[in-house]
Amino acid sequence: MAASQEEVTLLGVTGSAFVCRVQIALKLKGVEYKYVEENLGNKSDLLLKYNPVYKKVPVFVHNEKPIPESLVIVEYIDETWKHNPILPSDPYQRALARFWSKFIDDRVVGAAWKAVYTVDEEEREKNVEESFEALQFLENELKDKKFFGGEEFGLVDIAAVYIAFWIPIFQEIGGLELFTSENFPKLYKWSQEFVNHPVVKESLPPRDPVFAFLKRRYESLSASK
Amino acid sequence: MAGESLTLIGFWGSPFALRVKWALELKGIRYQYVEEDLSNKSAMLLQYNPVYKKVPVLVHDGKPLAESLVILEYIDETWEQNPLLSHDPYEKAKARFWSRFVDEKCVPAVMATFSKGGEEQQKAAQEARENLKTLEGGIEGKRYFGGENIGFADIAIGWLGYWVRIVEEIVGINLIDKELMAKLDAWIDDFLELPVIKECMPPRDKLLNHNKAFHKLLTSSST
Repeated sequence: MAASQEEVTLLGVTGSAFVCRVQIALKLKGVEYKYVEENLGNKSDLLLKYNPVYKKVPVFVHNEKPIPESLVIVEYIDETWKHNPILPSDPYQRALARFWSKFIDDRVVGAAWKAVYTVDEEEREKNVEESFEALQFLENELKDKKFFGGEEFGLVDIAAVYIAFWIPIFQEIGGLELFTSENFPKLYKWSQEFVNHPVVKESLPPRDPVFAFLKRRYESLSASK
Repeated sequence: MAGESLTLIGFWGSPFALRVKWALELKGIRYQYVEEDLSNKSAMLLQYNPVYKKVPVLVHDGKPLAESLVILEYIDETWEQNPLLSHDPYEKAKARFWSRFVDEKCVPAVMATFSKGGEEQQKAAQEARENLKTLEGGIEGKRYFGGENIGFADIAIGWLGYWVRIVEEIVGINLIDKELMAKLDAWIDDFLELPVIKECMPPRDKLLNHNKAFHKLLTSSST
């Protein structure tokens, strides 16, 4: 692990759950990096050069080699810095970790956002139901483990930071009772455990500015009705 | 590995099941294949893939896995001969990136070109062409995504060329421009000619007719 000649850069925006995933991984591994805050309303040449396909954050750059897509980045980090593993060593357990991380991106992220940030009431309700169903699958998958990764958090936990930190913010803004300790006792308990883990706590953005930003977005959406 | 049981639950026309077949064949792994009737899903499928209820599902010694790209990585890690992914983390990241790009961007755009009409279809076709051009960049001037030999991304993406050409024929819209996307076109031809790849593919006529019927169903229900 020749850390001295490494050049590690992360392009991100404060308040992005996907950027946060990468920050958690880097913090866990104790990797020092340069952070570049992007302005998504005025994307830098650097971002456009390093992520020409999606033009989004996060983009991780290691010794001039750029990688976009948060879960692809997290796996890369795990394979490059091997201590404090994020994925288990058993192939079947690794496959399950990848399956559930993908599930979060496919079934939770979009639906949970639209459960609040949708103008059409019927459409919004549909997304609430879908979110509920998806969270139920995760509740069942967690069982009585401390983290999805077991005694220590892993890939699925990192992917699920969206659920632990961002969904509670959306639902407060939208007046939605979706992710509660009554509806999902195990998942809720997990979320408290996860956001209070020292590595995660240090990687999360400050709540108030994120809340304020997301609230403004909500208000401008309702105003457009 | 004696005493192991390996089953692939698939559908003959599914490109996602085909990915898994290719991986198993390339590694010379013996498995049992179970054809699923998607209009009447079996109890076994619902038991093994309760989340998505789709094919492919790989069951190894009673342990089920769903999602084709997840399955491919599992196969590569469990049977190490003829590796699909490079050992280099950056090359791995690129392979994963392009495989996901196809699923997340190319497939929906091609699907929309296939199922929509009028203005919507033209817009989708334009998007599909742009995405395919972008995909071509991932080959990076090599023979295959994997370099001199096929790898993970080739297996994950290779069916796209076959399927897109069928879509082009059915809807009469060109998506892979032979001049503007010469490299992509050449890669598709190269890949589909490989013996192991060719052997697993469903017969073109059967796939064409199946997709023609599917197209009729999709477009008639939208009027």
